Amino acid sequence: MQAFQLHQPNSVASATQQRAGKDDARFLAGGQSLLAAMRLGLNSASELIDLSKIPGLAGIKVDGNGIVIGAMTRHADVAASADVKRLIPALAALAGSIGDRQVRNMGTIGGSIANADPAADYPAAVLGLGATVQTNKRAIAADDFFKGFYETALAEDELITSVRFPVPTKGAYEKFKNPASRFALVGVFVAQTAGGVRVAVTGAAGSVFRVSAIEAALAGNWSAAAAKAVRVSADGLNSDLHASAEYRAHLITVLAARAVAAS
Amino acid sequence: MTIHISMKVNGKAVSADVAASTTLVEFIREHLRLTGTHVGCNTAQCGACTVHVDGRAVKSCNMLAAQASGAEVTTIEGLASANGDMHPMQAAFKEHHGLQCGFCTPGMVMSALELKGRFPNATDEQIREALDGNFCRCTGYQNIVKAVKAGLAA
Repeated sequence: MQAFQLHQPNSVASATQQRAGKDDARFLAGGQSLLAAMRLGLNSASELIDLSKIPGLAGIKVDGNGIVIGAMTRHADVAASADVKRLIPALAALAGSIGDRQVRNMGTIGGSIANADPAADYPAAVLGLGATVQTNKRAIAADDFFKGFYETALAEDELITSVRFPVPTKGAYEKFKNPASRFALVGVFVAQTAGGVRVAVTGAAGSVFRVSAIEAALAGNWSAAAAKAVRVSADGLNSDLHASAEYRAHLITVLAARAVAAS
Repeated sequence: MTIHISMKVNGKAVSADVAASTTLVEFIREHLRLTGTHVGCNTAQCGACTVHVDGRAVKSCNMLAAQASGAEVTTIEGLASANGDMHPMQAAFKEHHGLQCGFCTPGMVMSALELKGRFPNATDEQIREALDGNFCRCTGYQNIVKAVKAGLAA
C-alpha cells in the first residue's frame, strides 16, 4: 500500500480538526472498503484519521420511538442486538446480510453510509426507514443525505457520530445478490413509517433512491400484488455485464413484492 | 511515517515501530514471523488471513496493524497446546479431510472457532454461513463442513 500519515485521535473534535482543509485526507472507520480500495489503487490518501480510538462512537440505544446506533458500531453488533431485533428486525437482518462474517466484524454503519457505495445495503435502510444522520455539526434527514455516486451531504470536516432509525410499523429488506461479489445487484427496503410508505432501492443506480410509484401503490394497498403491478422505468438504471437496466428495473418490483410479503 | 504499536499476540505482549501502512497480516508474518496466517487474495475476499482480534474473526490483510494496537490477537499458532497437541478444531480438520493443499485451512479454523463461541451447536447452514468469507479452491466444502461440525462437538 502507498505510504500515508496516520492519526489516531481520541476525540471527535480532534479528528475533525485533523481533517479540516485537507483534500487528500480520509477518515478511517472499519476500513473494509477504504483499505482494499487503497491497496488496489482505486482510492488514495496522504493522511488517514483512524476513528477506532475515539471513545463513545460505538453502541446501540433505544431512544423513545427509535434506535440510535453509534457511527462506529460494527455490522455484526447491529445484527446481534436484542433491541434492534425486537424493534426493527429488518434492520438487524440487513446488517447480518452485509458482506461476510469477517467484514461484519470490522465494518461500521458510519463508514458504510459515508462511503455511499451504490450497491451497499445500509443506505437502503437509512433511506427506507427515513433515518436521521447525526454529525458533529447537524442532523441530516436521509432524504437530504445521499447525493449521488459515492457522494453525500457531508462536508469535508464533518463526521457522522450516530444514526437514528425511527421504529416503523412494518419493514423488510430483500436483495438479489451478485453471486460472485455478494453485493446487492438490487436491494429493496420497504417500510410503513409515521411519515408514510417508503421504498428505497440500492444497487440499481448510481446512488440509493426512492420509488414513488411503488410507495403510492403500497400506500393504498400494502400487498405484494400491488408492488408487483407497478412498472418501473429502466431509464437511468445501471447496465453492466451482470444485469441490464431492464432486468434491474424488473427486479425492483419483484423484490419490493417479496419484501412486502415478508414484512 | 512510522508508528508505534503494541498488542498481545497469542498471549504474548509485542510492540514495534512500523510503517503506518503496515497491515495486520504483514505485521504478524513479517515482523513476528508467524507465517501460519496466510495471504491469499490480499483484497479481503478469500479469508486465508483470518485471525481473531479481541475474539472477533477479521481479515488481517484488510486492517492496519495500528488499528489492532491495544488489542488481543490470536493466530493459528495460538491454538495448539504447549505440548504440541492440536486444538480439537485442527484435529477435526485432519480427521475429516477438511483440507487438501491446506492454504485456506488456518483461516477456516479461525472462522470455525469464532462460530463455536456464538453457536456451539451450529447447523450445517449456520456453518456454511459462517464460512461465507473463507474460500477453498481445492476440495469443495463438504468435508470442511463435516470437520467444523465435529470440531464444534469436540
